[in-house]
Amino acid sequence: MNVLVVDTSTSAVQAAIVQIDGDELYLESFRREIDGRGHVERLSPFIEACLEESNLKPSGIDAVVAGTGPGPYTGLRVGMVTAATFAAGRGIPVYGVCSLDGIGGSARGRALVATDARRKEIYWAVYHNGARQGDPQVGKPAELPDLEADYALGEGAAKYAERLRIPAEERPVYPDPVKLVELAVPRVRDGAPTERLTPLYLRRPDAKPVSP
Amino acid sequence: MSEPLVMGIETSCDETGVGIVRGTDLLADEVASSVEEQARYGGVVPEVASRAHLEAMVPTVQRALDEAGVTLHDLDGIAVTAGPGLAGALMVGVGAAKAYSLATGVPLYGVNHLSAHIAVDTLENGPIPEPSIGLLVSGGHSTIMMVEDLAGEVSQLGASIDDAAGEAFDKVARLLGLPFPGGPYIDKAAREGDRAFVEFPRGLTAAKDMERHRYDFSFSGLKTAVARWIEAQRAEGKDIPVNDVAAAFQEAVCDVLSRKAILAAKEQGVETLLLGGGVAANSRLRSMAVERAERAGLTLRFPKPKLCTDNGAMVAALGSHLVAAKAEPSAMNFPADSSMDVTVVSLADKLD
Ligand SMILES: [Zn+2]
Repeated sequence: MNVLVVDTSTSAVQAAIVQIDGDELYLESFRREIDGRGHVERLSPFIEACLEESNLKPSGIDAVVAGTGPGPYTGLRVGMVTAATFAAGRGIPVYGVCSLDGIGGSARGRALVATDARRKEIYWAVYHNGARQGDPQVGKPAELPDLEADYALGEGAAKYAERLRIPAEERPVYPDPVKLVELAVPRVRDGAPTERLTPLYLRRPDAKPVSP
Repeated sequence: MSEPLVMGIETSCDETGVGIVRGTDLLADEVASSVEEQARYGGVVPEVASRAHLEAMVPTVQRALDEAGVTLHDLDGIAVTAGPGLAGALMVGVGAAKAYSLATGVPLYGVNHLSAHIAVDTLENGPIPEPSIGLLVSGGHSTIMMVEDLAGEVSQLGASIDDAAGEAFDKVARLLGLPFPGGPYIDKAAREGDRAFVEFPRGLTAAKDMERHRYDFSFSGLKTAVARWIEAQRAEGKDIPVNDVAAAFQEAVCDVLSRKAILAAKEQGVETLLLGGGVAANSRLRSMAVERAERAGLTLRFPKPKLCTDNGAMVAALGSHLVAAKAEPSAMNFPADSSMDVTVVSLADKLD
């Protein structure tokens, strides 16, 4: 089965096609560009390029997986609407996966995964041998609770390494498309019903209701 | 080929609109609006609008397809508003249109919201005579457009130099304690009011302004004048006659809008004037424009109120016109352009 996966929760615009063959996952094609403001221009051409490279027509895709964030909203929404409408256009299911799991899901030991939430904040979650401990959070890097993590990784960890009290990997890592698909494999295989994708917003809109 | 079957997606502001047309026949016009939610904030909050677009997109497209009794694969084109509008809101529509196009192989057209407001009139009144003058008035724009060729040659003769007319309606409605969006409520209140109750200023109509800003508008001074007038009344302990103020304010807006649009048509030697945009649903603007156009010997056209406000049908109508005119489809990499220039009708020729 061929799965189209997109993630636009970080400054990396990503699209890939992953083949599920028995218990094995193969990365068939992959496009990634670091361009925090270029999601709407780049993502669809990336999907086109992945299809071409995999020698597939859109009809050769069996399911779509989308990173649902958390992430800066404007870009995140582009990935999610693209995933949802591509799937609707083909009549195939779409499944959401927490984008942070695409990073933390492969982390050994106790790891803090942090992506850039802009406004000097990070989206974060702690993983123990790849399993997320609790819901993703948003907050200032210097104000995290005591997490007892051995190390930190992700774009947010790299950017705010000095403010975290946890050793951070310098090289930013992004949600891994194969990992995102792996986390959706049971749903893909069972042909689970398509999902209504909802971004992990974590913040309220910047507006105050007017008093009635 | 029979007449082109085109779906249009519109997300430039707070309504998720999906329309489907065949030629100039409207088959479906579905709108999911976040206006109720926006009303809680007293205006359009871009983030609230963008969230609502994402949630509404797939179901609204499906409703439109069902209503029209067609499938995506039957389409000859997918058109989408590429701009102008709220950046984050536009991106949801553009992202969706691209993915639908990619999934189905149906050609994609990134189009200009302003030209779409003109094109929607074809659905009710048939092909648009060229050239035509368009007066577009809404919460986002107050523009006089010259339409020489709806498939590609459109220019701007004038526009508001500050607030859009619709914004002025919203702000004055708020001053009068009327709900958001203000347009329909002011229109209704004004029907019971005296238009000549106060003479509010007509922006950019003084002789020197008519030199520099002949076809331009300004509504911020008017809004301030209404606010001052209300303040002064209150200071004297008087009640505010809401209906009369609404009528006098509306009269000032409609007077300038119709006067300048007709002047433009006459001076440019154009015989047809089109009204579009949400404020074109205003009953006073319509009746005043009808009267003055008749006196000036112009043909006046406008669609029914539901097609004046932002909707997918207008985008589909422009898309259908572009397909029929054999305009080039857009490349997959076009951006959402929040300040898209009025002269760019579709993004076909603007990208390599
Ligand atoms: Zn509009």
